[in-house]
Amino acid sequence: MLWDWSYAFEILPVLARASLVTIQATLMGFVLALVLGLVFAILRMSRAAWIALPVAALVEFIRSTPLLIQIFFLYFVFPEFGLSLDALTAGVLALGLHYGTYCAEVFRAGLDNVPRGQWEASVALNLSPYHTFRDIIIPQAIPPVVPALGNYLVALFKETPLLSAIAVLELMQQAKILGSTTFRYIEPITLVGAFFLLFSLVAAALIRMVERRLNRIGAR
Amino acid sequence: MVMRSVVVAAVVSFTAGLIVASFAGFREFIPGLLEGAWITVQITAAGAVVAVVCAVTAGLLKMYGPWPLRWLAVAYIELFRGTSALVQLFWLFFVLPLFGVTLPPMTVAIAALGLNIGAYGAEVVRGAVGAVPRGQWEATVALNMTRTEALRRVILPQAFVAMIPPWGNLFIELLKSTALVSLITIGDLAFRAQQMNQTTFRTAEIFSIVLVIYLAIAAVITVGMKALEQKAAGAMARGRGH
Repeated sequence: MLWDWSYAFEILPVLARASLVTIQATLMGFVLALVLGLVFAILRMSRAAWIALPVAALVEFIRSTPLLIQIFFLYFVFPEFGLSLDALTAGVLALGLHYGTYCAEVFRAGLDNVPRGQWEASVALNLSPYHTFRDIIIPQAIPPVVPALGNYLVALFKETPLLSAIAVLELMQQAKILGSTTFRYIEPITLVGAFFLLFSLVAAALIRMVERRLNRIGAR
Repeated sequence: MVMRSVVVAAVVSFTAGLIVASFAGFREFIPGLLEGAWITVQITAAGAVVAVVCAVTAGLLKMYGPWPLRWLAVAYIELFRGTSALVQLFWLFFVLPLFGVTLPPMTVAIAALGLNIGAYGAEVVRGAVGAVPRGQWEATVALNMTRTEALRRVILPQAFVAMIPPWGNLFIELLKSTALVSLITIGDLAFRAQQMNQTTFRTAEIFSIVLVIYLAIAAVITVGMKALEQKAAGAMARGRGH
């Protein structure tokens, strides 16, 4: 028998505990991605070329290079400059930075879709740029792009196994450890795959639900 | 516009970097990194072929296949989009041998990444084929074409043009995901980076150069896909002229 159910049940609690780290990394990484994404998007809209161009170049650079190398960069290179990060922090920073550039594109689309009149009205009302963004533009720009952001949340979640490369004890690393101690890889790795599949399908269903609700609100 | 300046900057800095590197003490790790880059390019190219084949097959089967094949295509797409690329890679690498199928690591890498990107590509294919105007289908009926003929001669060539930009993005994703193969012992660029780092400890230089090499490869993909897009748009315009 290839698949050993009793072994699968035995390792399930161990994997469940590791999945908490996966979820923690996902949530922290995504919050960071949202914040950085909004910052990138707003800076990229700046009329000053000396702000907009370097930010645009940075975003393209981060988007075009592998997340794994970025994780290594933060984990191995930063200590050379005296900034030592523990593995989880480096991993979360890299995830947040990488997906921040994806979220930036989403936010940019949302910001572009706010009608020009809204900007002009803010000028007419003598609102400061800060209040224009906070009270007028962002509340209109964000809701339509929530589903697209949700897709990136799922994508980020699926990238968390990369943190195993710097020995963060998340799901994949735990599965590898289990595999190497018992020489049975089939159950741990299959269970990890099933875990991701389950979460992704549930998340996809949730996103569709949010999308429908937003469409209804928009239609009103 | 921005993309073009990034591309130019990447190529210039890469060339400048290589010139500086060949004079400075970088000589000890540059050749190793370039060897790794060559493996990365090979995996990207082969993976892209696998991805396109899988995407077109699965995308069309999901739309027009008989139901068993349609379900198979849906299962493939959901399975590979729903799990992590790294999990898929490890599964093929560690679990397949337990079924008595031992493939060389390069084959595993190309298959896993190709299947992964292919699952995303299948949705691109489906979207592009679905976006071909209905009138085109009606015209093929009027011309008494079979469905296969219609797809091959009328629908797919038009869908192909719409597919080029999203495929450009997917090829960049593929390039980025090739870094994962370093974790199954393949000597690609990411693997060589770690190896050189362990022997020379020039951490900052090595990882910076590696990022720039990836950026340069991505730039080549972007420029290539842009050229293809323009060529295809030109061909379409000529086709409409008749």
